[in-house]
Amino acid sequence: MLAKRIVPCLDVKEGKVVKGVQFRNHEIVGDIVPLAQRYAEEGADELVFYDITASAHDRVIDKSWVSRVAERIDIPFCVAGGIRSIEQAREKLAFGADKISINSPALTDPSLIARLQDEFGRQCIVIGIDSYYDAATDSYKVKQFTGDEAATKDTQWYTQDWVSEVQKQGCGEIVLNVMNQDGVRQGYDIKQLSMIRAICDVPLIASGGAGTMAHFKDVFAEANVDAALAASVFHKGIIDIQDLKRYLKDNHIAVRL
Amino acid sequence: MSQIATNAEQTIVGNTVIIDTGCANLSSVRYAVERLMTELERESLFVSDDIDLIKSAERVILPGVGTAPAAMNALKSKGLVDVIKSLQQPVLGVCLGMQMLTRSSKERGAQSQDCPCLDIIATEIEQLDSKGLPLPHMGWNQITPSKHPIFDGVSAGSYVYFVHSYRAPISDYTIASAQHGETFSAAIAKDNFIGLQFHPEKSSQAGARMLKNFLNMTKETFANSAANTPLTEALL
Repeated sequence: MLAKRIVPCLDVKEGKVVKGVQFRNHEIVGDIVPLAQRYAEEGADELVFYDITASAHDRVIDKSWVSRVAERIDIPFCVAGGIRSIEQAREKLAFGADKISINSPALTDPSLIARLQDEFGRQCIVIGIDSYYDAATDSYKVKQFTGDEAATKDTQWYTQDWVSEVQKQGCGEIVLNVMNQDGVRQGYDIKQLSMIRAICDVPLIASGGAGTMAHFKDVFAEANVDAALAASVFHKGIIDIQDLKRYLKDNHIAVRL
Repeated sequence: MSQIATNAEQTIVGNTVIIDTGCANLSSVRYAVERLMTELERESLFVSDDIDLIKSAERVILPGVGTAPAAMNALKSKGLVDVIKSLQQPVLGVCLGMQMLTRSSKERGAQSQDCPCLDIIATEIEQLDSKGLPLPHMGWNQITPSKHPIFDGVSAGSYVYFVHSYRAPISDYTIASAQHGETFSAAIAKDNFIGLQFHPEKSSQAGARMLKNFLNMTKETFANSAANTPLTEALL
């Protein structure tokens, strides 16, 4: 049986792992490779590196860190952030990334997904979606450019429609980033994720809101997602990945131990 | 991770050639093999499309990511189709590299017909019937391996990393099975040719063990295997 995946996400800036509050005041946490290696050894099933250098600047940035990760890590990893073209995607894949994740550029030009799929195969094309609950219309909608507070804007897409569109264009996996309306680390938005699961035929990764081990159990058991992504609970040592996986196994969730 | 609890002390003999298919996961496969080698052994590792180097290698790896038509076109344009078919030493096809060992693939890409493959192993690639489960089949799944030497030290139920939408059916050539909806071939083999549908280079210790098993194979390993004996009869 296919195991449910636990996916730590690391923010990368100029080749270092950083953390910040609401995309500001980034402080360096450490070198990428030892941190990635530690997560892999602790039982992470996959890693996502969110390159926050990339989206804000157009200048040429050193991406050799991708190959340094690929040399040492024996689990799959995905590179997200600032990929707007076939060539930028090719560079990451050639350096050894298994997948690339696209968010805002796909909203600007949805045909980018189809072109990437034609070139590299759908298995390595991940679409990130930042979804929010719009109380005025009682619906879920998609935001663009969430990496930069000043640039963030609403789009015309309802989340369900965008999820259908990106599948039609040929993506291989969807990361749905959405927070429980109760706030940060109050759990994944089970209601929304369940609704998206019903219309999502490709693997679905839940992102946003993880605070406790029970939140992971709930999102797997109730929303039936394929993977759960989290950052701060792992970086801050609130949850140990091995403990989490044993807990999930005890709760009858299929995991790789 | 880097401490692989296998017969790591055994020296890797002879040249290992990873065929340069121009595909995207070449470096991942190379890195995984390098992690299992000493500095000295790495001097005998090549990523190449040179016909003489491939023919004379002790063992050959055929990687592959992308679509079957694109990968077969790459092999054709490099003049490698007959070269690969004639190899007598151990050959390991990974993911699409496994699929290319078969007769044909229904993954057509932009073509209007099924894609002819290398026709080394008499089975055909078709879309995985996931019975409603998400596709691609992506993530860690368990395999049921046979006693084929590539699985030496790999226990039943080991998790390995899969990413694919097409599969080889269960056949006489199946040497490991997995289930995602239907049960399919996680690995196939015939004589000196071995194909793994999953990615050993991304499958943590279990994958490293299989790669190490392969690196320990030589031209002699399959020299005595009875030709045309389906492996399932011989090994299961």
